Order: sequence, then C-alpha cells, then structure tokens
Amino acid sequence: MANTDLDRGSRALTQKSKRYSIFSLARNAASYHQNWQQAWRHADPKPAYDAVIIGGGGHGLASAYYLASIHGMTNIAVIEKGWLGGGNTGRNTTIIRSNYMWDESAGIYEHALKLWEGLSQDLNFNVMFSQRGVLTITHSEHELKGMSRRVHAIRLNGIDSDILTPAEIKKRVPTINISPDIRYPVMGGFLQKRGGTARHDAVAWGYARAADDLGVDIIQNCEVTGLRRNGGQITGIETSKGFIKTPKVGCVVAGHSSVLADMANIRLPIASRPLQALVSEPIKPILDTVIMSNAVHMYISQSDKGEMVLGAGVDKYNSYAQTGSWPVPEHMVAAAVDLFPFLSRLRMLRQWGGIVDTCPDASPIISKTDIKGLYFNCGWGTGGFKSTPGSGHVFADLIAHDRPNSIALPYSLKRFETGYLIDEHGAAGVAH
Amino acid sequence: MLKINCPICGNRDETEFSCGGEAHIARPIADNKLTDTAFSEYLFMRDNPKGVFLERWCHTSGCRRWFNLARDTISHEIIEIYPMGQTPKTAKGKKAYQANWRRKSKAEAASKPAKRTVK
Repeated sequence: MANTDLDRGSRALTQKSKRYSIFSLARNAASYHQNWQQAWRHADPKPAYDAVIIGGGGHGLASAYYLASIHGMTNIAVIEKGWLGGGNTGRNTTIIRSNYMWDESAGIYEHALKLWEGLSQDLNFNVMFSQRGVLTITHSEHELKGMSRRVHAIRLNGIDSDILTPAEIKKRVPTINISPDIRYPVMGGFLQKRGGTARHDAVAWGYARAADDLGVDIIQNCEVTGLRRNGGQITGIETSKGFIKTPKVGCVVAGHSSVLADMANIRLPIASRPLQALVSEPIKPILDTVIMSNAVHMYISQSDKGEMVLGAGVDKYNSYAQTGSWPVPEHMVAAAVDLFPFLSRLRMLRQWGGIVDTCPDASPIISKTDIKGLYFNCGWGTGGFKSTPGSGHVFADLIAHDRPNSIALPYSLKRFETGYLIDEHGAAGVAH
Repeated sequence: MLKINCPICGNRDETEFSCGGEAHIARPIADNKLTDTAFSEYLFMRDNPKGVFLERWCHTSGCRRWFNLARDTISHEIIEIYPMGQTPKTAKGKKAYQANWRRKSKAEAASKPAKRTVK
C-alpha cells in the first residue's frame, strides 16, 4: 500500500514573480496590499479542450491540477455552475484522517493524507493543514472491543492509531466529561495523531491558483446542460456558455452526480442528502484536537477563529435544498453538551447544509462508465473533504490513462454488479 | 421541518416518521434469470431526481403504517400522499412516475407475473 515514489505534482507557480513568500508579503505590505496579483485568470470557454472537469470544488480542481502537473494535460478546463468551492468544499467540518478499517479504504484515504502532508508547499498556498489529532471516543464494552479490532486492522496497514484510556483522554482534553454517571460514559478511545483539520476554502483556492498557473482554464458561472456523444464515445458538453468539444469528461459534482448521470442515461446508486454542520460564537482556545463519537453521534473541533465547529450524520430523506431539517442540529447540540457541559452557555452563530452523495456501502465511486471518455468521481458522501488530494490524484490518473490505478480499481461502478462492496458503514468514524 | 399528513393519524411532525427511500421498486420474480447488471439495478441503483420524487414513508412512532409520498426535493413541498400498491394521482406525481428510468428497466419487466391462460 505504501507508495514511496509518490509523484506529488509539485510544479505549481513556475513564474517566480508570482510565488507567495515572506519577501512577497513584505513587498506587498509596503504598498498597503493594494497590488497583489490575481490568484487565477477569468477564463471564457475555448471551443475545444483535451479534457473537461465538471465541478469546481476541491476534488474537481485537484483533478485538474494533477492532470496538468503530473500528466502534462494543460489544455483542459474546469466548469463550475456557481463559484469555486461554493458547494460541499465550503460546507464541511474540515476533518482529515485516514483511520479506516478496510484495506481499500486505507489505500485511498492514506494516499490523501500523505498528499495533505506538504500540500501547502506543493501548491505554494497555505492550506492551514493542522495535524492536531483526531480522537474517536467509545461509550460501551462492545464499542471498546470493536474499536480494538479496528485499531489493529488500521495499524496492520501502516497507519498510526493509538488506544487511549479515559484518564489519558481527560489528560489530553481537560474539558471532556468522563464521569461514569452520564448517559454515554466515556470508556476509551483511539487517536490518529497525524489527523487534523485544514482551511477548506484555501484548498479550493490553492488548487485553482496552481492549476491556473499551469494553463488550466477555470470557468465559473457556467452550468452544464447536456452531454453530447456519438455512439459510445463522448464528444462534448452543452453548457450555458455554449458547446465545448472534448473527448474526455470527468464528472466531480457530488450531490448533483445523479443529475449529470441522467443526461448520459447512466444509473448510479447514489442518494443526495443534506449533511449539516454548525458553529458557535467564537471563544478563546479550549479544544486543540478533533473529538468524534459514534454512539452520541457528533464530532467537534475548534476553528482558528475560535468557533466550536459541530457536525453529525446526514438527514434522513433525499434533498437538493442546501439547508437540512431542524431535528438533526438539535440532536447534535444535545450530544455535544452531554460530553462538553461548558458548551451549554454558548450561542449558535451559523448553521449550513451541503448536499452529499451517499452510496449504499459508504465508499466512493471513481470509475469509467460504459460511455468511452466519460468518468465519474462521486459517492464520497460524508467523507469527501479529507480525501480531496487523493481523490484528485487518482482521478487524474484514471482520466489520463483511461484505466484505474491500483488505488482506484476497487472503487469501480462495477462493484455493484460483482458484489465486491467496500462496506465502511460500521468502520467509519461516525455512522452515515 | 416537514409536516406529514399520515393517512391514519393525521398531521404529524417529521420526527415521528421514517423515510424508506424510492417507491415502486418491484422485486423481479425470475431473479435467477436476470443478468448481474439488471439485478444490480433492482438492488442498488436508485432514482435521485432534483424535483418531484416518489418515496415510501412509515409512521414509525405512530400507527406504523407504510404509505407513498410525492415530494419536491428542492422545495420539500409534499405534493401527494397515496396508499401502498397504488400509483400517484396528481399530474406532477404521474409525470414523475412515468419519467423514472425504472419503468423501462429489465428488472421491472421481470417483476410482472407472466400472463397465464385459465382453461
């Protein structure tokens, strides 16, 4: 699984004058920050490209960046309906970890985590990746046993994972309630020290700037209205800015994957559901790690601005409205207050919902389709942000070579016919 | 927050209900004769429209009865509630029913009992 000669694609910002550094900061400070160069060009669609990526979120922009930097495909475009990172990239709780149980999952998520480590340098853009640790806590004897099994499986794959006792958890997180008389007492937990958080907008912007530098056209406010094909080969896409000719189309549109698949008469096993999160008013630093709990069903961290960031599971019915229903955050807040009693005095500042593309086995689809030149990267459900670099890396490889590499191979759409599912429902940090 | 008008109990809060996903998926009878692709369409592939969606709901914390519901997935407007075993009556509901790719699928064709002539 370990890929030591990993090509990180760190070829961004070839033009030295545009590089961000301590000197460019000083230079621009001297002119009151009025003369910073544009991070990426405004591009209008050309009549034809070698490949087009639909979806300007983290995954789409990362795919375009690696296509250009590693595979040398610079005559490509990213088409985005709204603005960059305006979908789930800007609507998550920014948690990054790779402590998944199955080998296939360890492959893709650890691939992503390796790319996260050093991504700021690769892109010459500070994505504020902070390896503050992700601590998953358990609340019953059965959960403890299940956790040991997971931890050992994870360690066998070479991924760091440590079991902690309640006292050790209390030492790391002094504000947590480990009293035995609460509804879900803390009985233990496991920690991935290399896990953490990153600044979500910066990931989209960093990839966009680096891809643009390599010549990729980033076209915003351009909606795809149809996929044109000739027999079994894709020939181009219809958009609100006209027809674009291209032999390769990569669809990376998360919650709207089924809408695009319908245009090509392809069936997907995806249900689009809202995933909600909320932040409290900002307070002084009090939580320096990420806490997740499956039984009380929530996850919490503190942003650099001081807001407590909370998230939970998906809403229970399909929706394309980026909001979500009220009982979900109500449950999430109740669970958080149970574990961290000090939260009860805080007020909620913002709440939001992103439309996630959930798969029956809670694992993604990175796949060719029956139509030549049409590729799908979707089904990430509730776990998309953490995998952004890995997803883009393997998807670019798939598009460039028209065959999946060993990491992407298990994530074919065909697995729903062969029955080779990668069931991460129980093995993921929180239930989906 | 949805208010769902249960056909038995009346108007109740969404927290009393469970959503059972896409409605009108018939199990193929001759499933041993289906290809893996056709069976996977029945088992895993789902309609996921941006617009009117026909789904099954159960009043879990009430009468525990199942029923069908036509709902807009953008506005969350409930267009129609109708009993199990029936198809929608409203124009929007009928349109969504006919537009579903499943109506033309092999799995659905294999779900209808073969016609038998009674002598």
